[in-house]
Amino acid sequence: MIFLDLFWTFFKIGAFTFGGGYAMLPLIQAEVEAHGWMTTAELVNFIAVSESTPGPFAVNISTYVGTETGGPFGALCATFGVILPSYIVILLVARAYEKFRESRAVAGCMSGLRPAVVGLIGAATVSVGQAVFFPGGISLAAITAVPFIASAAIFALMLMLLFKKDLHPIKIIALSAALGIAIGYAFGL
Amino acid sequence: METEKSKGTPLELFWTFFKIGAFTFGGGYAMIPLIEKEVAENKKWVTNEDVLDIVAIAESTPGPISINAATFIGWKLSGRVGAFFATLGVVLPSFLCILAISYVLRQFERVQAVKYAFFGVRAGVLALIIKALSTMFKQCPKDLTAHILMAAAFAAVAFFNVSVLLVIASCAAVGLAATLLAAGKEGAA
Repeated sequence: MIFLDLFWTFFKIGAFTFGGGYAMLPLIQAEVEAHGWMTTAELVNFIAVSESTPGPFAVNISTYVGTETGGPFGALCATFGVILPSYIVILLVARAYEKFRESRAVAGCMSGLRPAVVGLIGAATVSVGQAVFFPGGISLAAITAVPFIASAAIFALMLMLLFKKDLHPIKIIALSAALGIAIGYAFGL
Repeated sequence: METEKSKGTPLELFWTFFKIGAFTFGGGYAMIPLIEKEVAENKKWVTNEDVLDIVAIAESTPGPISINAATFIGWKLSGRVGAFFATLGVVLPSFLCILAISYVLRQFERVQAVKYAFFGVRAGVLALIIKALSTMFKQCPKDLTAHILMAAAFAAVAFFNVSVLLVIASCAAVGLAATLLAAGKEGAA
């Protein structure tokens, strides 16, 4: 039953993600790939779409995967699933939020979760890196081919613009898209 | 909890959060300045300090930050009905936008120029992920336990294919145990 599966999968994603933005990436990657809903490359493409459309990544990706696999009702199930844990927990916590904020148990869990999320995003970076640089597997031929060199050059330039100039993500996406098109046509990739 | 503050009607809450959802690109932390401006400065529904509290709560509860923040502010202003309308408002723009995009994205991806654009964009997105990783690393606690958890989470997923859910749950448990143990020692001393 696809609708139940969508709801339950995104419910888990919503319930086990702590922190904003890319904190959700490792879990989403694991789940959508295990279900065969998206490949890593498709997921990376969608991150770019999500950065250039309004709203939170979680809602964007759940709506997209839901529509792709179960139409508009699938989108509704997946998005409802990803929101529900937040909604329930906040309503529970809101009454006693002073207590919650000062709770030693919450601080303890967070002290384990923060480093976990960093490690998990690190692992996601490795697999995304593989999909970006070596879509056909790592080999000597791949390293000397134009696609790898072009990707590496775009990656290095964007990294520099992000760290040195703090360029906005949308500008990074627009610029790397333009470079991709230019290089693609120039070398007939 | 709050005394004489102007409180939003459900419709006002819906519309304010709809605007916030529609004008945030990238979601999560990108949404916080907009929440500050709309909800604290323009509407004066909450104070700027409240926003800081809300962000802290949103970070340590599961789910996307923007959903948590919207639910919390909605609840604070007009209870469960407020929570519902604020959350609906923040989700709806991205839900509708992606629903519309989903139908054209697949066809669009077959265009050669778009393929080239995504080729470039994937390298750019990898740079964005690394930037997010570096920011999260900087904000993370730097004690020995944190470093061990970070490395363990990374290795478990990158090399041993351990489930992401299991890693998240175990790291939270370790963090909780470490904090409670340290507190116990302090109490005994």
